[in-house]
Amino acid sequence: MSHLISIVTENLPMLQVVLPMLAAPLCVVVHHRRATWWVALVVTWASFANSVALARKVYLEGPLSYFVGGWEPPWGIELRIDELNAFVLCLVSAICAVVLIAAPRSFDQEVESDRHHLAYAAFLLCMTGLMGIASAGDAFNVFVFLEISSLSSYGLIALGPSRRALSSALRYLIVGTLGGTFILLGVGLLYMSTGTLNLVDLQQRIPASDGHRTIVVAMVCVVVGACIKLALVPLHGWLPDAYTFAPSVVTAFLAATATKVAFYVLARFLFSVFGVASSIDRFHVDWVLLPLALVAMVYGAAAAIFERDVKRMLAYSSLSQIGYMVVGLALVTKSGLTGGIVHLVNHGLMKCGLFLAIACVVLRFGSPHLGVQRLGSTHLDRLRGLGRSMPWTSAAFVLGGLSMIGVPATVGFVSKWYLVLGAFEAGKWWVAALILFSSALAIAYVWKVVEVLYFADPPRREDEVGEAPWWVLGPTWVLVGASLVFGVWTAPTVRMASAAAEVLLPALAGAGP
Amino acid sequence: MGPGLYNYWMVIVLMMTGLYVVLARPNLVKKIMGVTIFQMSVIMLYITLGKVAGGTAPILIEGAEDVAYSNPVPHVLMLTAIVVGIATTALGLALAIRVYEEFGTLEDDEIRDAEIADAMAAEAGGAD
Amino acid sequence: MDVLLFAFLVATAVWGVSRLRDLFAATMMLSLFSLLSAGLFMVMDAVDVAFTEASVGAGISTVLLLSTLSLTHRREKRRERRLDPAALVLVFAVGALLLWGSQDMPAYGDPQAPVHTYMVPRFLEQSGEEVGPPNIVTSVLASYRGYDTFGEATVVFTAAVGALLLLTGLRRRGEADSREPGGDEQGVRMRGNVILRVAIRPMIPFILMFALYVQFHGDYGPGGGFQAGVIFAAGVILAALIWGLHRVREVFTPRALELLIAGGILLYGSVGVVAMVRGGNFLDYDTLAHDPVHGQHLGILLVELGVGITVASVMIALFLLFAGRGRRSPSAVESG
Repeated sequence: MSHLISIVTENLPMLQVVLPMLAAPLCVVVHHRRATWWVALVVTWASFANSVALARKVYLEGPLSYFVGGWEPPWGIELRIDELNAFVLCLVSAICAVVLIAAPRSFDQEVESDRHHLAYAAFLLCMTGLMGIASAGDAFNVFVFLEISSLSSYGLIALGPSRRALSSALRYLIVGTLGGTFILLGVGLLYMSTGTLNLVDLQQRIPASDGHRTIVVAMVCVVVGACIKLALVPLHGWLPDAYTFAPSVVTAFLAATATKVAFYVLARFLFSVFGVASSIDRFHVDWVLLPLALVAMVYGAAAAIFERDVKRMLAYSSLSQIGYMVVGLALVTKSGLTGGIVHLVNHGLMKCGLFLAIACVVLRFGSPHLGVQRLGSTHLDRLRGLGRSMPWTSAAFVLGGLSMIGVPATVGFVSKWYLVLGAFEAGKWWVAALILFSSALAIAYVWKVVEVLYFADPPRREDEVGEAPWWVLGPTWVLVGASLVFGVWTAPTVRMASAAAEVLLPALAGAGP
Repeated sequence: MGPGLYNYWMVIVLMMTGLYVVLARPNLVKKIMGVTIFQMSVIMLYITLGKVAGGTAPILIEGAEDVAYSNPVPHVLMLTAIVVGIATTALGLALAIRVYEEFGTLEDDEIRDAEIADAMAAEAGGAD
Repeated sequence: MDVLLFAFLVATAVWGVSRLRDLFAATMMLSLFSLLSAGLFMVMDAVDVAFTEASVGAGISTVLLLSTLSLTHRREKRRERRLDPAALVLVFAVGALLLWGSQDMPAYGDPQAPVHTYMVPRFLEQSGEEVGPPNIVTSVLASYRGYDTFGEATVVFTAAVGALLLLTGLRRRGEADSREPGGDEQGVRMRGNVILRVAIRPMIPFILMFALYVQFHGDYGPGGGFQAGVIFAAGVILAALIWGLHRVREVFTPRALELLIAGGILLYGSVGVVAMVRGGNFLDYDTLAHDPVHGQHLGILLVELGVGITVASVMIALFLLFAGRGRRSPSAVESG
């Protein structure tokens, strides 16, 4: 027994990736619908526990390094966990674990029963990919795991009930593969100029070739690739359709994890690998990223106001929230970065909760499998008067919406507080003004839903709808509850985020003027 | 800019071709072909940078001294990249088959028209 | 030599793939493109990569493209030929950027380039003792960077899971099957072709044998699990073309294929887990036997086998899914 415990504690950085990676083929072997769900559930919760234990260890003992295959870097592949990715890993595994509880009900409705085992396998593979990217200490390894997560997410999105799920998935596949290939190209150029693939090693060998044109092109390629996966305006084209037409739980899962991990990749490469001295001070990547992020922030929120489909509205709101995160990054101050990173987790929690609330609604109205006439089950008009017939779901939606706006005592407020603080630190008051403006736009689209939920007359229906099952409502409330708890008790998330920001910024302290 | 960069320039031309096919051709299978060319050009870049002048394939020759071997690392990486490429192509084509079954076409603009029709019908259906 | 090959490549890519409207012809050009790239890789000493590209690009990917075309449209829609200005601007911007960046690239073949001086010397000098196989590509692939290769096998597995999700069974639930029973069309057609049948049938056992040779000879020459898997699958695909899909399906039932696809990954992963249980890190083959070199040998053998099993069964499954999917009748397409 003690032998087993020592094996687990010594292999913590590895196990959180290997567990879902091996559970996916196991699901295919097991085949039985409910049994595969149990396998997936046990594994995701074990990974979550693992990530939490790992994060604790990183805080107590500092960054951890794990040599896969026993080969030391740069020859072998290293997993490197510091405060930043420990935080991201916790978010990804937590979201996976919570969403998976809601998955069977939603899959029962939206996916044919003979392929549930494959759907769970794809879910676990996507988790594997995201955890793999977040824990990788090797640039090429990032690419490999990016492709695992991407391919599985295309498969999951295509499962959506409408035929548009298929076309959205195919378009996303084409764009996403371009993104992945740009990252591969960037990694290749980096490798060409330095001879190494290890991230820490790259960081040390790049300054030697400062001002090197190939390195600049490598940086552009990696940034473009990461921004495609991140769906930063103007590379966001794939996101609204993909989120709208994917099965509800898949949307909840991807919205809270995939773009966050892409953000992590962007931050890691810009700040750690290329270093602030070259990426910001010399080539001013922030001059490009900051305007794009501000445009994304306002455009996403404005587009959301005009949407009549709630799922699509939330998808546009995600574009806006991605903008907030990148603003935090592009401010290049400690508070700004803290805000961006804390928003990564906060937005993950609240958006996942909101999409799960939508899943509750979809469950109640039946899935729009057949024919066109029922496609609009997430249409705003469907929600009329739901405040009475589905009080818990509606309340969860409202609380999530308040957090989206950034009302005090919600997580949204915490992130925006730090972002505004960061904007003033950087002396850019107009950034702070735009953040407030975009929040005002968020009031408009959230209010639109609230109005329909509580103040519109329910349409006369023959089939009276009731509350969603607790299997889905429970996870929804866990996430909405978490977004309230961490909105009041801010210490854990903010402390982790500011530690993560410090990981990224010592480079600034060391190389700055 | 020496003549030693000829390979890279050719790679860049191929890359541009692939990218153009993806961006400009409306047929989705053609787009997948464009992605393949784009990926292949990146693979060629890696293999090019692994070549050592006068070198030989990186398979150790027993007892031979002073043999220049080409760099095996890009080869390893690109084996993986080729596999990733075929996996992506396979999934893309599977999706293309399903899209064709549902929409009756693979031309992106025609699919968009059908999608707009779907959205209008949904708007009408949502308001019932 | 490579100058010439590159010129041909550009020609096939620009003229063949991007200009041709006939997708069937474009597929053939893409196949030729892959074959030419394989030649180029050969010239640049990347024998393993050339082998893989020839079997994947010119082989499997062509088969999949052709099956797709037989299920969809063979031609692109006719429209006036004109260049897309926005795309051109973007493409030339990317090209210009890369060209600008290429000025600081090390010259082709320069032995003093950073890639040749930094990490590689150890692989060249010590992999023989540390890992064993004379083929350094195999050592780096399966041992030093074994985690990437596990990821690669998982990517193949992921593609299979995705394709199975999309293409197994009929359409969405609730809709009757409106497809023509044309699943064995190809097999039927091939069976009539005496020449192909006589010429190919005796080759099949040799192809399968060759796959096994490639599988287990990867330590010494080019080859390994991935190439072997593809070749094995090619043998089975030929068998399907001669004897019909249903005969191959009798051997490789959907369930058997699922088990094989998953089994290869589980074999690879369990090697890693055993290494952890024996006190090493994940995929540390040194711990697998008393003698590290022996352990490395065993580990590489097993993981390559895992890759081979998964790749072969995924490729067979993809072929069966694509080729076995009957074309839907046009009336159903119009109404759907």
